[in-house]
Amino acid sequence: MTAANPGALTSSLLYLDGVSVSFDGFKAIRGLSLTIEPGEMRAIIGPNGAGKTTMMDIITGKTKPDVGTVMFGGSIDLTKLDEAAIANLGIGRKFQKPTVFDFHTIEDNILLALKAPRSVARTLFWKTAAAQAKRIDDILGIIKLGDNRDRLAGSLSHGQKQWLEIGMLLAQDPKLLLVDEPAAGMTDGETAETAVLLKEIARDHSVIVVEHDMGFIRELGVKVTVLHEGSVLAEGPLDQVSANERVVEVYLGR
Amino acid sequence: MISRFLMQDMDRRGTVFLALIAGLAILIPALNLLVPVGSAFHIPTSTMSLWGKYLCYALLAISLDLVWGYCGILSLGHGAFFALGGYAMGMYLMRQIGSRGTYGNPILPDFMVFLNWQELPWYWYGFSSFPFAMLMVLAVPGLLAFIFGWFAFRSRVTGVYLSIITQALTYALLLAFFRNDMGFGGNNGLTDFKDIIGFHVQAQTTRAALFSMTCVMLIAGFLIARGIVVSKLGKVVIAIRDAESRTRFLGYRVDRFKLFVFTVSACMAGVAGALYVPQVGIINPSEFAPANSIETVIWVAVGGRGTLVGAALGAVVVNYAKTVFTSGFMAPYWLFALGALFVFVTIFMPKGILGTARQLLEKRRKPAPAATPEPAPAE
Ligand SMILES: Nc1ncnc2c1ncn2[C@@H]1O[C@H](COP(=O)(O)OP(=O)(O)OP(=O)(O)O)[C@@H](O)[C@H]1O
Ligand SMILES: [Mg+2]
Repeated sequence: MTAANPGALTSSLLYLDGVSVSFDGFKAIRGLSLTIEPGEMRAIIGPNGAGKTTMMDIITGKTKPDVGTVMFGGSIDLTKLDEAAIANLGIGRKFQKPTVFDFHTIEDNILLALKAPRSVARTLFWKTAAAQAKRIDDILGIIKLGDNRDRLAGSLSHGQKQWLEIGMLLAQDPKLLLVDEPAAGMTDGETAETAVLLKEIARDHSVIVVEHDMGFIRELGVKVTVLHEGSVLAEGPLDQVSANERVVEVYLGR
Repeated sequence: MISRFLMQDMDRRGTVFLALIAGLAILIPALNLLVPVGSAFHIPTSTMSLWGKYLCYALLAISLDLVWGYCGILSLGHGAFFALGGYAMGMYLMRQIGSRGTYGNPILPDFMVFLNWQELPWYWYGFSSFPFAMLMVLAVPGLLAFIFGWFAFRSRVTGVYLSIITQALTYALLLAFFRNDMGFGGNNGLTDFKDIIGFHVQAQTTRAALFSMTCVMLIAGFLIARGIVVSKLGKVVIAIRDAESRTRFLGYRVDRFKLFVFTVSACMAGVAGALYVPQVGIINPSEFAPANSIETVIWVAVGGRGTLVGAALGAVVVNYAKTVFTSGFMAPYWLFALGALFVFVTIFMPKGILGTARQLLEKRRKPAPAATPEPAPAE
């Protein structure tokens, strides 16, 4: 399918329309439509199994939708590309279960994520330039892991791994960041710091954040999309959405 | 630039290994050639060639460790690349026999005359040239690995399935090379070699030179493998081993990285096979036996996966044990012993000899582990 109405699409960074996917007959995503503008930060909430992670899988090429349009930057059809190609377009992702490279040091985790040529030849003869080393230092500072840079990532606590993964996202410097439950397993203090960090990142990146922590969502203060059974149930400012009867019924009121 | 690539971040373990092999390259031939036969320090030619064989296996083990230990590709078919390198060398050695064969045919090897073949098959062309044959030692295993890997890695075959098809690959080659009409000597393989670049293969000096050459190639193979694993590409490869899909989401084309290490590794295995053949004097289809490839995996596991040096160590230790074992009354039990060794290592020494030795050393170095304050991970 080609872009039916390019004029309407070019302005949005990410455009999902009528996307459906099913696993063994179970419809995890049904007719999902969603638009993210350049520079926007969007929060996604919804009950367990609503399809939030599956939506990210579709955007990043892990899962191919059965039907529907997924466009990036107005004209690029993401359903035709694989994970690596999508990542190289500038879509970065933090996983729900923090996934870092356990047998690499914290510094090497950032180095691997750092925006740089990804070819076999270029990585084989790689030398980290001074500017890149500085960037790594900066990121390690931002995620507060600078003193531990030589530790293996596998030895980090859950919360620290979350931060390391956010650091890897920063290093990738993507246009769009998909952040799946960044505050899971964090103390209240850490959660608040994470919100600050994400807001900081959102100043020059587009971000989609999935979270269950309502305090965290409130802290972000951005437009909220509620997913339920694979499609959008409500969309708008948090106060408006949380006043919605259906939302209260399926999610908030539990 | 190349030497910097090969020597970057050289650690103590690597230095010791290099020094040891370089030492052997000089010492063993010297003890063989210069020390008189009666002396206690004399090393018989047969012993030297036996150790040459072990070192060929060590190079094969390093090549396997590169893909298995660092990239997580458990190849159960690396023996095939080794054997193909061996056959390429064998073909060169066959062409060197010339008219000195039993049938005196200046072009055709004996087995072809015996089969009533009239002319040399096209794929034997060029093998009378040493440089061409050496190119084939690299190119044939490399190309096979590239084509095989191209399909396997692109279609994302991993884990057990990949191991099984590598095993099938070597088995298919075993069956193919057994056939007389393939033109590789069938069952008997290639043997009765006479000369290698003008020197008699059986001559003591040639044997000594082959041994030294094996050491040199082992050093080269180790340096290349090490250069790869300590580079950023090596970090990507380890990342693929530990979290393949995560690596993809960072934008790395996982299949290409796998293809690269797999192909390099196959070339290295081919070189090991090529050095093996003139030292043992024969190459036949049994080198493709699936059991050979599995044994190679055991060497690497025993020595210590993902350490390179450990893989080489494992190859030598296990093969030395095999020689001792199979020459005594316990010969029939060798396979049981090997199996038991594998089980023992997997359960009690998951990091192999090298990893276990290092753990013990570290324990001794800091006697009271509680005394060193470790930043407690905030749970
Ligand atoms: N690969 C898959 N195969 C089969 N079912 C799947 C697959 N991926 C997701 N599902 C199912 O799709 C539904 C949506 O899952 P998803 O992980 O997207 O939910 P979620 O909104 O992220 O939930 P949570 O808040 O628990 O993370 C679930 O019922 C899940 O079991
Ligand atoms: Mg989820």
